[in-house]
Amino acid sequence: MDRFKVIVIDDEVDFVDTMVKRLKDKGLESYGAMNGPEGLELVESKDPDVVVLDVKMPKMSGIEVLREIKKKKPLTEVIMLTGHGSVEAGIQGLQLGAYNYVMKPVPFNELLNLIVQAYDRKLIEQERDV
Amino acid sequence: MSQKYFEKLGLKIIAVTLGFSLIPLFALGATIYYQFNSTFQNKMIESLRNLAQNRKSSLELFIDERISQLNTIAQTHSFEKLADEQFLTKVFNAMQSRSKSFIDLGIIDSDGNHLAYVGPYHDKLMSVNYAHEDWFHAVQSTGAYVSDVFLGFRKAPHFIIAVTTVQNNRVWILRATINSAIIDEIVAGAQIGKRGDAFIVNRGNILQTAPRFSGKLLTHPSSPDFSSSRGLIVETVSFQGNETLYAAVPIVNPNWVLVVSEDPQEEMALLFRAHYIEAVILAFGVFLVIIGTVLTTRVMTRRLKEVEKEKSKSEDLIIQSSKMAALGKMAAGIAHEINNPLQIIGDQAGWMKDLLDSEDMKQTENFEEFEQCIKKIERQVNRSREITHRLLRFGRRMETTQELVDINQILMETLTFLENEAHFRDIQIQTNYDDNLPKVSTDPNQLQQVFLNIIDNAIDAVGQSGQIRVETFTDKQNHKQIMVKISDNGPGISRELISKIFDPFFTTKRPDEGTGLGLSISYGIMEKLGGHIAVESEEGKGTTFIISVPQGSSSM
Repeated sequence: MDRFKVIVIDDEVDFVDTMVKRLKDKGLESYGAMNGPEGLELVESKDPDVVVLDVKMPKMSGIEVLREIKKKKPLTEVIMLTGHGSVEAGIQGLQLGAYNYVMKPVPFNELLNLIVQAYDRKLIEQERDV
Repeated sequence: MSQKYFEKLGLKIIAVTLGFSLIPLFALGATIYYQFNSTFQNKMIESLRNLAQNRKSSLELFIDERISQLNTIAQTHSFEKLADEQFLTKVFNAMQSRSKSFIDLGIIDSDGNHLAYVGPYHDKLMSVNYAHEDWFHAVQSTGAYVSDVFLGFRKAPHFIIAVTTVQNNRVWILRATINSAIIDEIVAGAQIGKRGDAFIVNRGNILQTAPRFSGKLLTHPSSPDFSSSRGLIVETVSFQGNETLYAAVPIVNPNWVLVVSEDPQEEMALLFRAHYIEAVILAFGVFLVIIGTVLTTRVMTRRLKEVEKEKSKSEDLIIQSSKMAALGKMAAGIAHEINNPLQIIGDQAGWMKDLLDSEDMKQTENFEEFEQCIKKIERQVNRSREITHRLLRFGRRMETTQELVDINQILMETLTFLENEAHFRDIQIQTNYDDNLPKVSTDPNQLQQVFLNIIDNAIDAVGQSGQIRVETFTDKQNHKQIMVKISDNGPGISRELISKIFDPFFTTKRPDEGTGLGLSISYGIMEKLGGHIAVESEEGKGTTFIISVPQGSSSM
């Protein structure tokens, strides 16, 4: 597996920490942020391939963050995560360009697969642009 | 609404209704009573007045006729002829043949001497001279004179009519005695009823006729004094303890007053009868009104109670439904909250598993234990995940689709999902689909979810080697209603439990076999689609679920 960049944005500290740790263990370069603004800063500075984004966060919602990411780094793939399975937010996310939409709790391996798939898609899209 | 409330309401209604019906009724009754009374009084007075007038006319006619009779005789025969007693007798007989009221007849000269006389008292009267009598002077001045009644020589009541004639410078008087029995007869005609009386008094209030009760002839009557009446008067007088109605009318010639009396009570007997009938009808009417009001009010309050019961039943349903909705929201909230920690727990376990894969961890004494623990943690996290996801589905408003579907088709598809399971457990599934089942506009996925859930339950209930029957048909009374009947010959549901099966989290299965949400979700889905699920079951015999789907159902 390629060593690509992943950023995890979620307001649950335990989740972010564990996620980043495990992704690193799998050989990916990964960073975490606890809220939207911090996350966007990281996206700006690190230019990740895939972002794992929680929908429900204080201060700035997942949808808003998604919009910003798509504005600044449109090729970045975003996977949306949610705890309450609101279908409307999911559809909205997909319409705004998210790669996928997953309901918590999601097993790590499933999420990892999705992240890899997202990265693959990014590669394809990149090829096309070039 | 308590029993007492309805009782009070009933009483209020009765009171008001009775008030509104009885008050006019009594008002009417009173009005009729007083109207009758006054009309009757008036009629009574009127008839008495007429009677008096009538008798007065008869009397005056009688007397006028006698006077004219005498005048005719005096005018048509010469003095000389009449002064001849034999001729006078002929004349008298002629008169008598016509009316028996004449007792005698006499000719009197201007000096007051009897010149001729015909009658029963010939000897007595022939020698009498009337020059000093009042009547003698009166008759000469007025031309015709009628005397009061008196007994005189003869002890029988009579009165005199005399006329003056002037012939060839001679003044002479023709005088006749009249039997006052005739007068009495005329007056008697006005004595009505059992206590009515009539009599004549002169201007000195001396009785000229013999009344029935009011006194004796030629004395004062035992009645109020009407002798000075000028015109016809009618009045009620309280005389000697009784109320008596009097009519008094003056007679011109002679100067008498006819008095007629009657006992109003006697006349009023008729009126009293009318009043009595009126009272009976009124009483009957009141009775009917009361009965009618009470009965009607009873019926009405009973209806009200029923309506109240229905209303609270639907209120209960609404409350139940909103409780369910609140429960759903709460469940969703909880699920949502739990999902985050679940994610983290799962991740921690997964991370620990990864760490255990490193070589030096495999050497650890309790390595296998750790591995087992992590496996169990992961298993339980998965299980919790199932639960929260189901809870969320239960709580949120699901987005639905709407299309024209063939129910039989959906059932067939559903059965294919469960075929293997059924076959594996040696359960026979029989189907009986109505070929003419109309298509329905509804949400096929949700319907399928319901059918799946119920057939799955049936399979679980039967367990091993049994029968499940799936039928479709239209409702006999309402051809638009499609019915799906799923029955099994499993152990059935007891009477205590059958009312609970649609409650959320109610289950008879072991904790890892089911959550108890399946049926309550199915129930909710059917209600939302405009249909219904009903269940019939008997312990030991089996269970039947009847799902009704309306033809033109909407899915929200």
